[in-house]
Amino acid sequence: MAVIPGPSGVPVSRRLGKIALHVALIAGGLAMLFPFAWMLLTSFKGAHQMLNAPLDWLPNPWRAQNYPDAFGALPFAQAYWNSFYIAVLNVLLTLSTSAMAAYAFARIRFRGSGLLFGLFLATQMVPQQVTVVPLYLMLAELGWIDSHLALIVPGFVNPFAVFLLRQFIRAVPIELEEAARLDGANRWTIFWRVVLPNVRPGLGALGIIVFLASWNSFFFPLIFLNSPELATVPLLVSQFADQRGATDYGLTLAASAISVIPMMIAFLIGQRRILNSMAMSGLGGR
Amino acid sequence: MGVVTPARPAAKARPARAATRVRHRDGWWAALFLAPQVIGLLAFLVFPLGFAVVLAFMKWDGLGEKSWAGFDNFAAQLSDPDFGTAVWNTVKLAFLTVPVGLALALLIALALNQVKGKTFYRVVYFLPVVTSSVAVAVMWQIILASGDYGVLNRTVYDWFGIALPNWLEDPGWVIVSIAVVTIWSSLGLNVVIFLAGLQTIPPALMEAARIDGAGPIRVFRSVTLPMISPTVFFSTVVAVISSFQAFDQIYVLVNPDHNDGARTIVYQIYDLGFQNFEFGMSSAAALILLVLTLLVTLVQFGVQKRFVHYDS
Repeated sequence: MAVIPGPSGVPVSRRLGKIALHVALIAGGLAMLFPFAWMLLTSFKGAHQMLNAPLDWLPNPWRAQNYPDAFGALPFAQAYWNSFYIAVLNVLLTLSTSAMAAYAFARIRFRGSGLLFGLFLATQMVPQQVTVVPLYLMLAELGWIDSHLALIVPGFVNPFAVFLLRQFIRAVPIELEEAARLDGANRWTIFWRVVLPNVRPGLGALGIIVFLASWNSFFFPLIFLNSPELATVPLLVSQFADQRGATDYGLTLAASAISVIPMMIAFLIGQRRILNSMAMSGLGGR
Repeated sequence: MGVVTPARPAAKARPARAATRVRHRDGWWAALFLAPQVIGLLAFLVFPLGFAVVLAFMKWDGLGEKSWAGFDNFAAQLSDPDFGTAVWNTVKLAFLTVPVGLALALLIALALNQVKGKTFYRVVYFLPVVTSSVAVAVMWQIILASGDYGVLNRTVYDWFGIALPNWLEDPGWVIVSIAVVTIWSSLGLNVVIFLAGLQTIPPALMEAARIDGAGPIRVFRSVTLPMISPTVFFSTVVAVISSFQAFDQIYVLVNPDHNDGARTIVYQIYDLGFQNFEFGMSSAAALILLVLTLLVTLVQFGVQKRFVHYDS
């Protein structure tokens, strides 16, 4: 290949290649952003503006009133609180119990350790819909249907979390643990004082993953909850779409924007950490 | 994936009796540390799974008498045209989402690996992943809907005079539409994972291949692909399992109650269990889904030995 050096010394063909890559990536990026942009634009439109011919791309007039209207039409503030506190409890319960199990698998030698860990991993293949009917019947027996307990208590069982944290714990130098043991520390003290502080990045990453999964989950809230005041944010939005769907898209899209925007802001603030934790989870915590 | 635990170097030699005592106590510590997750797993996963197997052989609506049904539920499901549709749609959805979604993600990750501004692009492509599936479905409804409400069909008709299919109602297109939305919403996750995988490849390895005269395609096939094959394999397994479990976007985007074209096995389980209260029938459908998931995963693990390269 003939290499023509460009002004900055980089071959022209290579620079053209880079530009082509950027063009393709930006085109893809626009495809990713368009649904969000269209949601935001539509959320400011009046009930009938979508029917105008020719199509109005921009709201005219801008109806900001859709937001307070959507917020007032259903108990959104309550749903926010519900989703938030359920997600926080899910994070705390999952992190604490799966870190304990992960420590046992990573650092304690006991009979059947490999087998038990294998079983933990195998249960990940069981789709949640396979156990949902019996789970529903069990929770009904306990009186937990139409209660947040149905989302909080079974939610902490998380073999993936155990797997991910085990990888992190195995990377903690064993010498730290041995030194603590010589000082007379028992397993619990070692776990609490030596191991946990050294796997903070792993706990942070997992916390974000669990929080997002809990905040966005829909299937279990749909099946386990009935009362409007117990609804989580996605449940409320889906009910809103069902009721108002075809009649007032402006209001429905405002409701959906209200549900999305706080997560977007949280993501933009913590993007580096969130993206790195997702990458780590995909690599199996290697 | 470091699934197999390499044996740790044996603990430093201690007097034999002390070692036994430590190990004896270790058993108790292990039980203590494992207790919450193991008890939770037994109570909320293993027990319900066993219960599902029992229910699948029973006839029960949750209120009346329970009675044994033998294989009737399975026979009824396997001969039910609704269930046939559901299996076909589930398989179709997986075939549409997994290869296309992963190939696109890999292409984007390869491109990102070459350019500056990774952070910006990663954020943009990742936005749908942090968005709830319900909001995603609502957003796509006003893009794909028919008539005046769907911006895609309206614009194409206004600009080019072409009438596009009714994406969300035409039974021939509904699964394709769901696949597009699913790919769109999970693309960013796979991009981020693949990009991280690409960045673990030592640059020296690529350089060596280039010096040996390998062109970009050859470098990709002989260095890049083998190096990230464990990551691709992991993502494939996860993508297939999650495509089999897809529910939220289907439920909100097209209610399969009114459109059989969107009925999947998971929807069938939901419909039988929570709309018709046929718990036995629903559990039978669930077990068929479980068997299908296990089979496909096993096949993937079997096939991977030939294609996936693990560093020792």
